[in-house]
Amino acid sequence: MALKIVKGSIDRIFDKNLQDLVRGIRNHKEEEAKYISTCIDEIKQELKQDNIAVKANAVCKLTYLQMLGYDVSWAAFNIVEVMSSSKFTYKRIGYIAASQCFHEGTDVIMLTTNQIRKDLSSPSQYDTGVALTGLSCFVTPDLARDLANDIMTLMSHTKPYIRKKAVLIMYKVFLKYPESLRPAFPRLKEKLEDPDPGVQSAAVNVICELARRNPKNYLSLAPLFFKLMTSSTNNWVLIKIIKLFGALTPLEPRLGKKLIEPLTNLIHSTSAMSLLYECVNTVIAVLISLSSGMPNHSASIQLCVQKLRILIEDSDQNLKYLGLLAMSKILKTHPKSVQSHKDLILLCLDDKDESIRLRALDLLYGMVSKKNLMEIVKKLMLHVDKAEGTTYRDELLTKIIDICSQSNYQYITNFEWYVSILVELTRLEGTRHGHLIASQMLDVSIRVKAIRAFAVAQMATLLDNAHLLTGNAQRNGICEVLYAAAWICGEFSEHLEDPVQTLEALLRPRVSTLPGHIQAVYMQNAAKLFAAVLCGQEGGAPASSETAQEISQLLIDRLPLFVQSADLEVQERASCVLQLVKYIQKLRLKEVQVGEEVTALFSGELNPVAPKAQKKVPVPEGLDLDAWINEAPSESESEDEKPRAVFTEEEEPRYTRTRHPEADEKELAKRREARKKEQANNPFYIKASPTSQKGYQDAPGVEHIPVVQIDLSVPLKVPGMSSSDQYVKMEEERRQKNKAEKKKKDKKKKGDKRGRRGRGDLGPESEEDITPAHMVDIVTEEMPENALPSDDDDKDPNDPYRALDIDLDRPLADSEKKLPVRTHRPLESPKSPGDEEGRGRVLEEPKKKGKKDKRENVKEEKKERKKSKEDKKKKKHKHERGEEPGEADQSGELTEAAAPPSSTAGEASDLDFWLSSAPTGPPKTQEAEPAAAAPGSAPKTTPDSAPGLAPASEPEESKDTEPEEAKSSKHKKKKPKREKEKKKKKKHHHHHHHHGDAGGDESVQNGTVEEEEPLCPMSNYILLAENSYIKMMCDIQGNLQDGSQVVVSIIFENKSDGFLKSMEFNVLDSLNTKLQRPEGAGPHDCVTVPFQLPPGVSNEARFVFSVQSIVMPQKLKGTITFIVKSEDSSTHEKLDFKLHFTCSSYLITTPCYSDAYAKLLESGDLKGSSVRLEGISMPFHHLLAMICFHHHFSVVERIDSCASMYSRSIQGHHVCLLVKTVDQTVSIDAKCDESSLLGNVLDEIKLTFSQC
Amino acid sequence: MIKAILIFNNHGKPRLSKFYEHYSEDTEQQIIRETFHLVSKRDENVCNFLEGGMLIGGSDNKLIYRHYATLYFVFCVDSSESELGILDLIQVFVETLDKCFENVCELDLIFHVDKVHNILAEMVMGGMVLETNMNEIITQVDAQNKMEKSEAGIAGAPARAVSAVKNMNLPEIPRNINIGDISIKVPNLPSFK
Repeated sequence: MALKIVKGSIDRIFDKNLQDLVRGIRNHKEEEAKYISTCIDEIKQELKQDNIAVKANAVCKLTYLQMLGYDVSWAAFNIVEVMSSSKFTYKRIGYIAASQCFHEGTDVIMLTTNQIRKDLSSPSQYDTGVALTGLSCFVTPDLARDLANDIMTLMSHTKPYIRKKAVLIMYKVFLKYPESLRPAFPRLKEKLEDPDPGVQSAAVNVICELARRNPKNYLSLAPLFFKLMTSSTNNWVLIKIIKLFGALTPLEPRLGKKLIEPLTNLIHSTSAMSLLYECVNTVIAVLISLSSGMPNHSASIQLCVQKLRILIEDSDQNLKYLGLLAMSKILKTHPKSVQSHKDLILLCLDDKDESIRLRALDLLYGMVSKKNLMEIVKKLMLHVDKAEGTTYRDELLTKIIDICSQSNYQYITNFEWYVSILVELTRLEGTRHGHLIASQMLDVSIRVKAIRAFAVAQMATLLDNAHLLTGNAQRNGICEVLYAAAWICGEFSEHLEDPVQTLEALLRPRVSTLPGHIQAVYMQNAAKLFAAVLCGQEGGAPASSETAQEISQLLIDRLPLFVQSADLEVQERASCVLQLVKYIQKLRLKEVQVGEEVTALFSGELNPVAPKAQKKVPVPEGLDLDAWINEAPSESESEDEKPRAVFTEEEEPRYTRTRHPEADEKELAKRREARKKEQANNPFYIKASPTSQKGYQDAPGVEHIPVVQIDLSVPLKVPGMSSSDQYVKMEEERRQKNKAEKKKKDKKKKGDKRGRRGRGDLGPESEEDITPAHMVDIVTEEMPENALPSDDDDKDPNDPYRALDIDLDRPLADSEKKLPVRTHRPLESPKSPGDEEGRGRVLEEPKKKGKKDKRENVKEEKKERKKSKEDKKKKKHKHERGEEPGEADQSGELTEAAAPPSSTAGEASDLDFWLSSAPTGPPKTQEAEPAAAAPGSAPKTTPDSAPGLAPASEPEESKDTEPEEAKSSKHKKKKPKREKEKKKKKKHHHHHHHHGDAGGDESVQNGTVEEEEPLCPMSNYILLAENSYIKMMCDIQGNLQDGSQVVVSIIFENKSDGFLKSMEFNVLDSLNTKLQRPEGAGPHDCVTVPFQLPPGVSNEARFVFSVQSIVMPQKLKGTITFIVKSEDSSTHEKLDFKLHFTCSSYLITTPCYSDAYAKLLESGDLKGSSVRLEGISMPFHHLLAMICFHHHFSVVERIDSCASMYSRSIQGHHVCLLVKTVDQTVSIDAKCDESSLLGNVLDEIKLTFSQC
Repeated sequence: MIKAILIFNNHGKPRLSKFYEHYSEDTEQQIIRETFHLVSKRDENVCNFLEGGMLIGGSDNKLIYRHYATLYFVFCVDSSESELGILDLIQVFVETLDKCFENVCELDLIFHVDKVHNILAEMVMGGMVLETNMNEIITQVDAQNKMEKSEAGIAGAPARAVSAVKNMNLPEIPRNINIGDISIKVPNLPSFK
């Protein structure tokens, strides 16, 4: 034996350690993967050995391999083994490995609960520390729930090292288990004033994280943080606090006012740039919240901007970046103060650092004005040319468009310039934003009528040069522009100089390589052009009839190519147009004048409509939109959907244009008439008002635009000088002329301005003298009046932080006095290993200081004794409260609940009081009153409740129950503890023959359902009996350690207004099943329920029954008697019930491994039976969960829709199920060594499913 | 919150990866690769912040990195962290490594990634900054190392001897290491405190 150990340790020496592994990998550069796979094989061998050192070494290597990207989840179980080593060295290796590769889906995590709990309470602070660190990385909701109490205890550990870790990890616990936040918060708050700076910093850290998500709940802490801010010297803490204030100020403007002074002082005094920067940031936040603020704040803004300028001018790129970032925040509310630094920001556009350029770009958005727009865009265009990466270039492109189009093209004075810019942007290679340019082109040419001629000319050129855009496969994004170009040319064909040439361009064979939707638009607009040419020819000289003939022929020649298109839309449109042209040609041969009729196909005014206008159309009187027009409910095409799609967006005119050329023309004309009439009467439809158009054409400046001077054939190719440049010069001239004319035409112009929207204060410079060269046919975006910006909408319902939106000021309710111990938790197999102990453990928690009492109690439960103890306790609490009414008390779990809202109410008004001391706050006296009253209310309750007096006030009463409850929990605890021990043994047992088959099985046994889609919460507790005073819920469980015992847990809930006392529980024993009564009691005596119930309170008691045979279900009759004591009377009441001992309640969830399971089935000792369930529609995993939960089975293996399950009765009968589901039929084949037990269990399963 | 801490060398080889949110191994490698790609193409004298929002979920996130000799130290953080504060934290981290390994160089990180994890665990816990005071960090790390040594005791002696022998037997170590072993130089920054 000794030799073996020696040999083992010598072997171990020659095992590869981490360094060897790394070295090996470096030596095998060429065949790294192969080398590593041999290493992994070695590791697998090492993991099979019993020596923990070898295992630890293997796990350590695995951690390294995990970093290299190898999946090591198969070793999860071994990691748990190493974690549970008693040596710190190995434990640490285990925990680090776990923190690297465990996550919520790791099934073995549930095995770690006890180990972690043990480590948390280890005497060595480093064991605890390592466990906390590890847990912070892989905490799951289950772990959080089971360990919350342990961690909370650690928050008051004597060692600051542990305290700070425990405080930090609480944040993770809150995230996973939000119910723990309220009970833990008082202690967390306490830690803000911890003597150790590290702990303090950790507490600040946690509260800041919490407050960042739900700031309003933490407003009441503002005074405390304010104190910290003015006293702390730790920059980390200061930064966090200042950031927190930044989140709080928007909610409480008074806070902002109070903050400004200390923050400005800090800004002046600190030398740490990080602190300075955060101060500036928070001052900005304050200023934003005070936007309407007082004049003296301009000084603060100036200070901020000035400091930021220093940052931006700094040679350190980091400071420059942050300066710009903060500057953009100021920009939103105080654009003027930023604009004065335009020079600096433009300089940053040339910076070599892309991050800085992007930030500067953001700033530019708010800095443009009518005066400088052209200049800035010109600069940006230069950058576009120079830019290397497509990302940056795309960013520039979107920024240019954003800047130009912002607030309805507010800053654009010359739209020809803008159109040329757009055209220039199409030269960009590989941009993704073709559609953006296209929509701008459409928008501008539709809404700015005067620009149409120019735009059409430009678009015609674009179409003509389409090959430049589409030639390169890389430039595919940009061909979207052709969509806009084709549509504009077709729609506004009257402005075309040479429609024939454009038509030809539309029909080039090359077009067929474009995306389908663009070709479709091409077809439609070719038809429009054709109509235009026909019309022009008929009205004009007969000489052009030949051209008409030519183009008809051209269409007939080219269209068949498109008729064969793979795209349906193109095909359909092309064939329509083709037939139409053929028909027209036929008519024309007969010399029929068709031009007008053909044009009518496409006539009709196109007007921009506000995006939401359709919604605002009032429903005509007598029209019931909900009534059926025809009795045909089957075809429920939503009628209101369609028109909206047609009218909402003027930017997508293709919808309005999808008319079929074939449609009966008369019908069309009729509809059009009707529509025009309707539009005329519709106040929401913006009409083309001839007056405004006329007035605008009179506007000075338009005549001066020398459209003809532009060399239209080249702008796409000019390399250096871009065509838009000339507009910059022209604009200068125009403005000067305008100025000269302005004086004369002053009055007239005012009339023109009528068309402009309320552009208000945003125009930062006095630029009213710059009149736009073109008017935008502006649509103000209408919104329903009640559409308030609500921040609720944009909250993501899946946001994990949402669960933490918990009101912390509300006093802790009764049920919350301690961390919730879920006796009936939704969805759990009742005996999951961690849980049972968790329960026992948690129950222990609330009595840190009552340890002595507990022991006594276990020995003896004499009533008198307890009474006196209760009194003692009462006194103690009172004492505490009397001394420190405002403070969250140490024994929060015990007293906090019973304590009236005094402390928190006091706090809330404290906040008001504290804030009111700000110079502009409300008068002090008003605020001070409640503040003074609140603390007073706390001690008030104390005098009445002298020990020994009958409970007089509500809080008193609830307090009374405390010790009682504690007692009952002690009572309960005995069992779980014993169970725990057995569990442990058992678990060890599993572990051993578990190596072979991976941990997969385990997960299925307990946890899977929780990970898959949620199932409605299930409770083991069923209603036992209920009347107007009391409600009883019960749960029956077999007792693992004693094959003849069953534990019945009953929750008693007081439903009356009075106090329930002297509850006595009794059942009529049968031969087979007997209630275990205290020693010395007769077989018919009652068992006293060990607690009393104040109104609305519930508590749980457990009763033990001994059973002899468990193969049959059984019902026992019972009675509960109790005294209801209300204020002036007391009555004696009783309630009968029937306890139903099902066979399932004799079963105990017992894990089983597939090999053992197979052996069991092979042994042939079992008798079979089967049952079929029809019409079960629930998902399979829900079904399994139900069986696991209600009938105490565990899943051995699950393959698709087939699962094997196992359970064991308290007397050791094996029950095996094979559950299969096909469609809605579930068949269960079962085997058991006791056939009547099996029959009954199956019946019960059947019943469960028939009930749901 | 800190979302992830990555250390990789000039060639993108990971030297330490610590994710405070769970990702599959493949995703982790992809994140490391992408981060390396983003960070490595930046010039030396540009700012140390990168808006790599898509990388690790959410546009709220930023990459904050520092480049020392052959190593990049990258922290991915959300907006609750102070940018300059994190830069300083990286500095503290590197200085701590320098103290613990005595003139740290890339090789130390290559061969002792477990120790680096231990040091990091004393600074950042579950994505939150635990300690920023270098002396405190070093005290705790040393105390734990001492514990480890005492546990190894006599039993550890042969193992140590053998590993010494192993190292002696491999004179080629330096030859294999062609990635510059330049020790990390710690530039003097204006102190944070």
